[in-house]
Amino acid sequence: MEPIPVFVPTELYLALAVVLFVMGALGVVIRRSAILIFMSIELMLNAGNLAIVAFARHWGQVGGQVLVFFVMTVAAAEVAVGLALIVTIFRSRRSINVDELHQMEG
Amino acid sequence: MIQMPTLESLNFGVAFPALSLVIGAVLLLVVDVFLPERRKGLVPWLALLGVLVSLAVSMINYNEVGEAFSGMFIADPFTSLVNIIVLISAALSILLAMDYLRRTEMEHRSDYYLLLLFTTSGMLFMGAANDLIVVFVALELLSIPLYVLSGFRRPNLKSEEAALKYFLLGAFASGFLVFGIAMIYGATGTTNLPGVWAGTAAIVESASPSLYLLLLGVGLIVVSLGFKVAAVPFHMWTPDVYEGAPTPVTAFMSVGTKAGSFAALLRILVVGLPTLILTGATSAAWANTLAILAALTMILGNFVALRQMNIKRMLAYSSIAHAGYILMAVAAAGDPAVGNQGVQAALIYLLTYAFTNLGAFAIVIALERNDGTGGQLDDFRGLASQRPVLALLMTFFMLSLTGIPLTAGFIGKWYVFLSAINAGLVLLAVIGAVTSVVAAFYYIRIIVRMYLQEGDANIGTSRLSYTLGAAILVAGLGTLIFGVLPFLVADLTQGVQIVRTIAQIAGGG
Amino acid sequence: MDLMDLNEWAFIGVFLVIAALLPIVPIAMGRLLGPRKPNPVKTDTYECGIETVGDTWIQFKIQYYIFALVFLAFDVEAVFLFPWAVAYGGLGFFAFVEILIFLALLSLALIYVWRKGALKWT
Repeated sequence: MEPIPVFVPTELYLALAVVLFVMGALGVVIRRSAILIFMSIELMLNAGNLAIVAFARHWGQVGGQVLVFFVMTVAAAEVAVGLALIVTIFRSRRSINVDELHQMEG
Repeated sequence: MIQMPTLESLNFGVAFPALSLVIGAVLLLVVDVFLPERRKGLVPWLALLGVLVSLAVSMINYNEVGEAFSGMFIADPFTSLVNIIVLISAALSILLAMDYLRRTEMEHRSDYYLLLLFTTSGMLFMGAANDLIVVFVALELLSIPLYVLSGFRRPNLKSEEAALKYFLLGAFASGFLVFGIAMIYGATGTTNLPGVWAGTAAIVESASPSLYLLLLGVGLIVVSLGFKVAAVPFHMWTPDVYEGAPTPVTAFMSVGTKAGSFAALLRILVVGLPTLILTGATSAAWANTLAILAALTMILGNFVALRQMNIKRMLAYSSIAHAGYILMAVAAAGDPAVGNQGVQAALIYLLTYAFTNLGAFAIVIALERNDGTGGQLDDFRGLASQRPVLALLMTFFMLSLTGIPLTAGFIGKWYVFLSAINAGLVLLAVIGAVTSVVAAFYYIRIIVRMYLQEGDANIGTSRLSYTLGAAILVAGLGTLIFGVLPFLVADLTQGVQIVRTIAQIAGGG
Repeated sequence: MDLMDLNEWAFIGVFLVIAALLPIVPIAMGRLLGPRKPNPVKTDTYECGIETVGDTWIQFKIQYYIFALVFLAFDVEAVFLFPWAVAYGGLGFFAFVEILIFLALLSLALIYVWRKGALKWT
């Protein structure tokens, strides 16, 4: 299929997606609170979604948007499990700072 | 524009091994909540039954080739062999869990087996994925139950910590996977792996800028699956998670996750991107990267394992090292002339490693005390005089992990080294051989403790339970049989080749 | 640009004017016509509901949390239902069966949550 003409070029979307992805990845490395790390991961996932949607428009396809639906729902499932884990660890430790997680060393 | 799938294009029959396990898991979910409390003991047996049914179907349909779900799912001998590896591991790990959960007074928490079945189904779909969407969904289906399982021993702090670490790094890795998929989709306009293959060929030929997207995409996917298989430098979660998670979960994680993730990695790279060959190179662009990762993984895994004093941490580093050997086979598969041989070698290694490592972990579970202690290397002192059979089997498993002839581990290493040398990765093979010698030190250290040092191996179980005994027996037999009868392995894998399209089979490859 | 196009814009203009007038006129009328006799009760800031007691940073019951998680999981699944509903006319019976299977799986999850007692408010 011929790429359809678009107003905002795909490259700009891609650039935005890359910036968001790098911000997310840096956030994971820099942040110390489990919740904030988790939010950064969500940012990375959504950067991926943005790129996929932009490419789907570029190729004039619906398939990419369907892929985004899958990423979104799976991310929601991940959120549910992740927050449950974070709450569990907060209840037994009163802290979600990942620097304080050092029961095991070596 | 919307094409409705028909029953023929869905072709459920081909996907039956994986579907039967999913259906089994869903049925068990319902059965579990309606069973009265005193009947909960049935759940593990039903889970085992589900796994065995799926295993039987995989074996019966071993050579069947076909596509299901409009080409998103593919069944071929490769899929079947991955299924068999994963399902045997799942069955053994259910047996291990039955013993472990009873001793740690978690027997009533039967959701353990549900989570185990779901993660196993994720692994089955990983092996059969013919589309990047399926890879992503299967990877998450594999991972999410495992996050919960690692934290299953709550309120134990170590277990909770393991779960959180595994979760954060696992989710981080899936972020990379999504972005990698986005890049490949952007370059080729499809997520279907044969489509990616066709797109790649065109891009490489015309040297269009999409090539950079493709390279970035492959890199991100390798990073993300590198996390899952614990390849250096993405391994830092492994020792903590392996130590903190309940031991049967660790055992399953070390084998099943590796099998599923390597299967998906092989499919993506060998089906989708084998022609990503830059000008002037003879093998695919990802092969060199993987060769470097393999070298780092083997070196770091084996050397750091030398100074571990806790058996679970030692086996964690050993499992990192073994991921390195498998990566060597994957790198070899990047050479078009070797291709399939590398794929077969990786699967053989996974098969032999599954039996050996589950056996070693089964013995660790037998020695572990109910409060979680008993996992230090010094706890193995004098085991030979107190429990000669256990000590003998542990010796056997350690020798197999080292790769001594007449054990399954030797056969795995043999094929992997062979494929690496055929692909011209001689230096990598030499590194592998040298690090195997290093590995012998820490495996033999345990044997020395058991046989030559005095001590009171104060072991967790006074008598082995039947389930634990059965698991050790099966693992030991597997390690022995594949070790002394290597032609079995050759028979099993000779038909294994990664199938790109059905037409490829019809046209004779 | 023909008359029809102008009419469309005029319509939006009229709409904006009416929208602005609707709140301004009653307020102005109240100011102009109403008598003004202030007393402390009348000048007090009005807020609906009862007055807050204590700090808002208290621990919530964990049950809210479980409900939120269950809601989250089911809520997002609706994303698969919308495209199905929009395209329903062209899909036919097969898609109907597929979505039924999907919903059945979701209700199994709900049954699981219910049987585990997570929906019971204690």
